[in-house]
Amino acid sequence: MFLFFLLPILTLAIMSLQSGDFFNGFVFTWNVGNYSRGISLYSEQYLHAIEYGGAATIVALLVAYPAAYWIAFHAGPRKSSYLLAVLLPFFVSFVIRTLSWGVLLADDGPLFGPLKSAQLLPLDFRVLATPVAVTGGLAYTFFPFMLLPVYASLEKIDRGLIESAQDLYANRFEVLRRVIIPLSLPGVFAGVLLTGIPAIADYVNQDLLGGVGTTMVGRVIERQFEVSLNYPLAAALAFVFMLGLLATLLLYQRIFGTEQIMGD
Amino acid sequence: MSTDKELPFYMDPSFLRGLTQARISRRTALQGAGAASLAAALAACGIGSQPSKAAHTNWVWDKATKAGVLDFANWPLYIDVVETKGKPNTYPTLDQFKAETGIKVNYSEPIQDNDSFFAKVAPQLQQGTPIGFDIIVVTNGIFLTHYMEKNWFTELDPSKLPNFTQYAAPRVQARAFDPGNKFTIPWQSGFTGIGYNPKLTGREITSFNDLFDPKFKGKVGMFSENQDTGTLALLGLGIQPEKSTPADWQKAADKLKEQKASGVIRKYYDQSYIDALAKGDTWISMAWSGDIFQANLSAGNEDLKFVIPKEGGVIWTDNMAIPLNAAHPVDAITYMNWVYQPKIAATIAEYIEYITPVPGAKQFIEQDAAAAKGDDKILLNEVANSPNVFPSADLLAKTSYYRVLTPSETTQWNDIFNAVISA
Repeated sequence: MFLFFLLPILTLAIMSLQSGDFFNGFVFTWNVGNYSRGISLYSEQYLHAIEYGGAATIVALLVAYPAAYWIAFHAGPRKSSYLLAVLLPFFVSFVIRTLSWGVLLADDGPLFGPLKSAQLLPLDFRVLATPVAVTGGLAYTFFPFMLLPVYASLEKIDRGLIESAQDLYANRFEVLRRVIIPLSLPGVFAGVLLTGIPAIADYVNQDLLGGVGTTMVGRVIERQFEVSLNYPLAAALAFVFMLGLLATLLLYQRIFGTEQIMGD
Repeated sequence: MSTDKELPFYMDPSFLRGLTQARISRRTALQGAGAASLAAALAACGIGSQPSKAAHTNWVWDKATKAGVLDFANWPLYIDVVETKGKPNTYPTLDQFKAETGIKVNYSEPIQDNDSFFAKVAPQLQQGTPIGFDIIVVTNGIFLTHYMEKNWFTELDPSKLPNFTQYAAPRVQARAFDPGNKFTIPWQSGFTGIGYNPKLTGREITSFNDLFDPKFKGKVGMFSENQDTGTLALLGLGIQPEKSTPADWQKAADKLKEQKASGVIRKYYDQSYIDALAKGDTWISMAWSGDIFQANLSAGNEDLKFVIPKEGGVIWTDNMAIPLNAAHPVDAITYMNWVYQPKIAATIAEYIEYITPVPGAKQFIEQDAAAAKGDDKILLNEVANSPNVFPSADLLAKTSYYRVLTPSETTQWNDIFNAVISA
């Protein structure tokens, strides 16, 4: 824990308070300016991260929940085949999959090209290089991380409980609302964490599917490290990002309670 | 960060071309840019010591001896290569080099872009340990200056480079970013200008201002690499980049900001710009000279055109250098001298079609063309007469190098342009 978590974080914190440049070296000077500068320069990219990452998580949940529900309750003996079918694409590197989306969704690509020539879409219609593409890409990339925990918690639900509810004259909707959804919440909770955190921090989708003005903070941090060689600013940006995420997590845990998660 | 290198090899245009035609292979846009090596950058964090100034820097030539081995790190598809299906690639000039000098070249292509390669090797260079390469190829610009300011190159011994002195074009013997050719000599050069598809733009492109035309809304590609983009914008405003001041940079950045706000730009691209242009996602884009030629070749058409805007274009040079404490410096400098023979330079130019530093190569390409037949003859004639291989003095006069930046200016430059491009 100390070696792999605290030590790196401490190093990051110290670096974020340094000043200087790449040539003359960085010196520790309690340079809090890195933080104010980082936030004022890149507040928009922080917001993008939350927007796209958050939206992607919601989209993933809305798609994954019904799918997981169906597999858990209605797929019968072929459950594992369906699960495998969901997971199969994820055996291919996600970079290649994201690039393929880029090809499919190209302005005059296999999808939109024919629609445009049939005049079903306006000529300047595009999906790539828009926030929609980035959000969709994120939701797609992290989809299994949502589906699997939700499926696991649905699968675990005692079928007897559902029967009892039906015996007590609950209709299908009431069963869903009062029994299934509450009992699957731990899975949803885990799914949201597993999808949301990497989605917010992702820097690949925006690069391959996004365009001008869809930059998220992960990419900014990467560029600061690699291109600008401004390590203190990058560290400060990363630190703010991490703290923000941590605060959100604590809040989230407070609100939705996670004894189930931690206890299981 | 481009991930083109993740493409399966059979999607690589050079490979597809190789299936039908083994002879010509070029550096394509698919250089990719290393999958973000954030980890490497993190590892490089401890960097920062004062460079020492001495009469000679890292002078090894009194003691070093020939080893018979050379580890050469280059960019992808940037040397003459023969691709035969089912067999490892062979490099005709490297084989010839071995036959003539007895030095075996371990040729590899680990350099995807200047920044990630720098991030990868910086920690070792900082500690003074060899990086495992005796020659690396670095583009003029911020990162080349980084290496030199840090004294991470081995100073070259001019007495070991007679071919360079004799055959290199005068313009590459006097490069502002490495006065006196102390640490580097050129590998190849190229132009940054505008690439476009006339069918889609509906007109010929001539000017930097065409990149601002509202008619091309959402269809304009610009580079995420801030030196190219910044320098082209300076030229567009009529400012000489080599003599520009931070106030000028701000003007150029404001101009770029205006362009970004107007919504004409689709994206700030890395090397993947050429795919976007070829697919029609962009109609007009900043571009590198050789790439357009290669994209047409691999598409089998002449859809794309390259133009140096009338306001001026950018010329860059990729340079060979011997990194600090390289294991085989004598072999390295022997090779650097050897490739400056016009005949060898001609062979390389025939394959990669960037600006060769050796003007004398032209007659050898013409000779080869005269001897060749069919498609080969056409291609070789095209190379011999291409302004992108042997640019005229007029064309060169229209192009400028990047401003050479001191470390503190680098920070300023990055801050000014990244505020537009990276944000």
